[in-house]
Amino acid sequence: MTAMAERDLLAGITVLEYATMVAGPYCGKLLAELGARVIKVEGPGGGDPARRRGPFPEDLPDDELSGLFLYLNTSKQGVTLNLETATGRDLFRRLAASADVLVEDATPGVMAAIGLDHDALCSLNPRLVYTSVTPFGQTGPYSQYRAYPMNLFHAGGEGYTLPGSLSNELFPGREPVQGGTYLAEYDGGLHAAIATVAALIARNLTGSGQHVDVSKQEAAMMLNLLNIQLFANTGELVTRRRSYHFGGIFPCKDGYVILYPREDRHWQGLTAAMGRPELGTEERFRTWEDRYRHRDEVNAVLREWVAAHTKEEVFQTAAPSGCPAAYFATTEDVFHSPQFAARDFFEEIEHPSAGRLAYPSRPYGFSEAPRSQQGPAPLLGQHNREVYCGLLGLAPGELAELHRAGVV
Amino acid sequence: MQPLEGYRVLDFGSAWAGPMAAQLLADMGAEVIKVESRARMDGLRLGRPIVGDDVAGGDRGLWPDLQPAFHGFNRNKLSITVNLKHPEGVALIKRLVPMADVVTNNFAPGVMERLGLGYEELRAIRRDIIVVSMPAAGESGPLKDIIAYATIIHALSGLMSMVGYEGEPLVGQLQAAWSDALAAMHAAVATATALYHRRRTGEGQYIEVSQWEATTSMLGEAIMDYAMNGRVAGPMGNYHPMMAPHNNYPCRGDDRWVSIAVASEEEWQAFCRALGDPEWARDTKFADAFQRQRNRAELDARIAEWTCQHDAHEVTEFLQGAGVAAMTVMNIEDQFLDPHFRERGFHVEVEHPKVGLEWLYGQPWLLSDTPGSVRRHAPLLGEHNEYVFRQLLEIPAEEYERLVKEQALY
Repeated sequence: MTAMAERDLLAGITVLEYATMVAGPYCGKLLAELGARVIKVEGPGGGDPARRRGPFPEDLPDDELSGLFLYLNTSKQGVTLNLETATGRDLFRRLAASADVLVEDATPGVMAAIGLDHDALCSLNPRLVYTSVTPFGQTGPYSQYRAYPMNLFHAGGEGYTLPGSLSNELFPGREPVQGGTYLAEYDGGLHAAIATVAALIARNLTGSGQHVDVSKQEAAMMLNLLNIQLFANTGELVTRRRSYHFGGIFPCKDGYVILYPREDRHWQGLTAAMGRPELGTEERFRTWEDRYRHRDEVNAVLREWVAAHTKEEVFQTAAPSGCPAAYFATTEDVFHSPQFAARDFFEEIEHPSAGRLAYPSRPYGFSEAPRSQQGPAPLLGQHNREVYCGLLGLAPGELAELHRAGVV
Repeated sequence: MQPLEGYRVLDFGSAWAGPMAAQLLADMGAEVIKVESRARMDGLRLGRPIVGDDVAGGDRGLWPDLQPAFHGFNRNKLSITVNLKHPEGVALIKRLVPMADVVTNNFAPGVMERLGLGYEELRAIRRDIIVVSMPAAGESGPLKDIIAYATIIHALSGLMSMVGYEGEPLVGQLQAAWSDALAAMHAAVATATALYHRRRTGEGQYIEVSQWEATTSMLGEAIMDYAMNGRVAGPMGNYHPMMAPHNNYPCRGDDRWVSIAVASEEEWQAFCRALGDPEWARDTKFADAFQRQRNRAELDARIAEWTCQHDAHEVTEFLQGAGVAAMTVMNIEDQFLDPHFRERGFHVEVEHPKVGLEWLYGQPWLLSDTPGSVRRHAPLLGEHNEYVFRQLLEIPAEEYERLVKEQALY
């Protein structure tokens, strides 16, 4: 058994995060969950815009109560710093000099313009891993393009195929939609974390840090890698005009379910569980080819049965039968999921303004480093004293001066 | 030099989550040995071959080396064929474990244990081994044994309750297997971090990733909204509560679209100028963000009248030039032909012994000093049996022949 402080896998690593909204902060959150000390640097004008995105309790905007910000910034320390001032940039350089990692998401060229690019900071601290998370990467014709999360999602490839399936049958010709939430952004943050840890490992070999260039759009493309392989080798293009061979999405009493009796045993199990075992072995439904040939009849049987039941009834009947089955769980269903409850997936975190709320925790566990209690997201500038006086050694009087001058 | 150079991984994965996790480690430079067998082939070795049209034969496993999806997930890896049902199969694996740093799998819970390859057994052989499993619902809880394709996890995770048109029934569906990919990425972060930790402490690790939890983790703010307000999120389409216009607009051609998002007054003015200050844009209905949001259906119709006359790429370039966030709704073909990705080298060409030159996707990150890379083609089934068993394990020729003949290596 290792000592407690040693059990955090990234213990001793300091991460400076100068990033806003989702992707960069999610990378920082992942590193914080792994035990790194993450110092989030927020600029003037109220800090990270995620603080103004909500959701807010009772829809009343409050910079300290945004659900998006609270979730993406757990276990971090927060400082404020104005990089438009020379003194602010100098303090940033001092913070970078003592850090192992910088995560930043400025448009390519912006950090260089204020003397805080990779080359400048690495001459101060050659061991710094400098991770840039941007919409289209540091190079190439689109590096200066503007892109909000929706633009990025739709540049990723998945958007072109959504919503697909039943939705496309009901609403043909309508526009492609996003995949809900900030999927492409989260994905970009995850890839940034992978590459950052890889660079930390490489640092053990080479002795020096390096520049990690993450393109969120390419990260989103990675999710469609199967389609990339398919197209590159066969010219086949996946579109919204896709549907199940048979089975698929059906409306039930209180929502929608998915039933997909692909294999023979799935079909036999499902029909037995439905109380119609004779269908399981009937000639016209016996093999995949049979069910495909008679797909309208297969779907009619399923549609009729599903329509008479609730989503829970369908799931509790179909899933144990061995047939792939699910219902469209809402956030409410997820929040009360017995599976998550049994695994303690939601963790209560006490926040000075937001109080006690349940947050999703990290989706993996280590045998030798059990999930430790996550800390709350920082209030704006909450750790100014701790970081500037503690880490950089400023006198409290100096901090007050910097505050008055609008640097901090 | 590569970040994970010198590390060796035994990959028991099949289909997507497991192989992709190991592929990310291979891309970072680890030597990944894929453990497979003709007795139980990776599902992605089945199906329609790249060359020819023998689907039925492909489904029976006649074309294991000609599967495009397999070539992506398994590039940079080596392949050995060990029949785990043969009495000597598991023993052969155990002889490899002392030379391995990481063992990955995406089996259902309990499978590795039943094979005699559970964490405790492996750890008894190599004290600091790192074992990674990524079952669909995790290894505990009432639904741990659920049959779960990606679609099933997507539905149960809550993610699909948000895919679709704003205010319409919940009938959208994700296309790609996000749950597999997300689990693979979390597994890669966790494994790389465990290797970092091991170097410092000498300590191994058992890592369990739940695909379901990995997917629900992406619902952050929607979950928070429920936790705070008891409000249940529904499909949002392309709607954004603070931006209008914020949608996809039809362009010239079949099923061609451009996404346009306007966040600030400054961007709105730039957008209007780009369109030549049309009469309609001066209407009070679009005077400020509040009005534009309220009248967004009409706004969208106006914009569509303009976009539908133009090519999506042209609209993108034109509006970006004016400082407005616009992007072609790209399909795979668009990306493949796009000069941006060509310049960044996202698609990589690799020589495959049975296919010739073929394209693979690359990596979404570039490390300036130790770039990961696509170094070699996906292995032929059993391509590296000789290397692993004859060279690494130094099994004598006669014994090797016997193992092949008795189908322990099969």
